[in-house]
Amino acid sequence: MGFLKVSGIYKSFGNTEVLRGIDFSLEKGEVLSIIGSSGSGKTTLLRCLNLLERANGGSFSIDGEEVFNADADTYSEKEIRQKRLKMGLVFQQFNLFPQYNVIDNLTLAPKLRLKERKDLNKEERKLELENIEKEALEILETVGLSEKAKSYPCEISGGQQQRVAIARALMLKPDILCFDEPTSALDPELTGEVLKVIRSLKSNDRTMIIVTHEMEFAKNVSDKVIFMADGVIEEIGDPNELFENPKSEKLLAFLNKAKENF
Amino acid sequence: MSFWEVTLELLKGFETTCYIFALTLVLALPLGLVISFGSMSKFKPLKAVVKIFVWIIRGVPLMLQLFIVFYLPGFLFGKPVFTRFTATIIAFSINYACYFSEIFRAGIEAIPRGQIEAGQVLGMTKFQIFTRITLMQVIKRIVPPMGNEIITLVKDTALARVITVIEIIWVAEELMAYAIIWPLFYTAVFYLAFVGALTLIFGWIEKKLSYYKV
Ligand SMILES: Nc1ncnc2c1ncn2[C@@H]1O[C@H](COP(=O)(O)OP(=O)(O)OP(=O)(O)O)[C@@H](O)[C@H]1O
Ligand SMILES: [Mg+2]
Repeated sequence: MGFLKVSGIYKSFGNTEVLRGIDFSLEKGEVLSIIGSSGSGKTTLLRCLNLLERANGGSFSIDGEEVFNADADTYSEKEIRQKRLKMGLVFQQFNLFPQYNVIDNLTLAPKLRLKERKDLNKEERKLELENIEKEALEILETVGLSEKAKSYPCEISGGQQQRVAIARALMLKPDILCFDEPTSALDPELTGEVLKVIRSLKSNDRTMIIVTHEMEFAKNVSDKVIFMADGVIEEIGDPNELFENPKSEKLLAFLNKAKENF
Repeated sequence: MSFWEVTLELLKGFETTCYIFALTLVLALPLGLVISFGSMSKFKPLKAVVKIFVWIIRGVPLMLQLFIVFYLPGFLFGKPVFTRFTATIIAFSINYACYFSEIFRAGIEAIPRGQIEAGQVLGMTKFQIFTRITLMQVIKRIVPPMGNEIITLVKDTALARVITVIEIIWVAEELMAYAIIWPLFYTAVFYLAFVGALTLIFGWIEKKLSYYKV
């Protein structure tokens, strides 16, 4: 049926049409990779799904529940905030908060959410707080950074920063975790550790959408691949099929170019 | 006059200098923040008005602004509205608020969009993003230029004497009536001590904030 259902997403900035009708669906636990040349609208699509941009047309739902519908877009700030939590987003530039150490980067948002809850008494609140901290340490361990809990972002490598950013996104237990070129800002020798973490998430049945230029990785990790060109889905399918037997000229050209660059 | 008598006299003037400095700082900092929000407003007319205001205040000599605040109400209403000291505080606060506002604006606009977006995708409110993420980064960025501006303020207080506010230089000039000139140069020691203390304080703050990079 589709855990995530995206239909007819349209987005323009002024006169530039960036997304011109995006439809796809994704099952729970599946990994979707999005590839495509620069400017094809990959980032914009992720931003629309995370409601950092509001699509001008179309809608999407998660687990049968409508999250966004451009025709009914009168959502309040509060609603948007609530809806955003269904999705997590890991940025190309990590965007860790420099003034907080690693563990505080992880716990900041969950603690603030806890503060807003009115239904808890003092005891329960304390318990929840301890839970958040315990969880943060556990998640940090899964990305292999337990010993960096007290370090500041400027004290750790780019690869480690990105792993912290992934851990931070996981803290809010999103239904779907999105990555926008998670390794593009990294030195080549650091991409491996980040890709390894993403792979380990896949084996935990996490639903993920990954925009990437790492073709080998996309081929190995994905259950489904989308090739975008000029704001539309040019091709969608099984990774082996798509990479071995590209149907469109555009994809063929894109793959050949990608091969040249590596 | 003995050295100690002169020192005592100058200290009285220096007290006024310190009051001008402290009151201006206390008033201009929050006012500057408000003005900076105005100059970044999405509401175009407000933004334009604020920008023009800042241009005028920064473009006209502070000395002239002191005259205007003190004498203009007198011309208009036939009698002075503010005391000399109050007029000084008003003119200084508005003038420095405009300079501060530009520092705040630059500091806020320098925060990468990604920091705010990271807060958004983590479900934080605008207020939380400002207080928990942006503010500390802005503070770190603005400490050096603020230190500069505040040190300039120490010395600008001497301008108040143009509307007969008895600050330290005025006192020293009065002493010249007794044909002693050295107190005028002696005032430099007071300024240097004040600025020295401020330099130490700002150095300490910068050091305190050096555990992270923005
Ligand atoms: N806020 C914006 N205002 C105007 N145009 C924008 C905006 N954001 C994106 N665009 C335009 O939309 C197009 C698609 O941008 P997008 O960032 O989604 O591409 P992309 O596929 O992620 O590219 P890349 O591989 O370089 O990251 C580009 O032409 C870009 O200039
Ligand atoms: Mg992009």
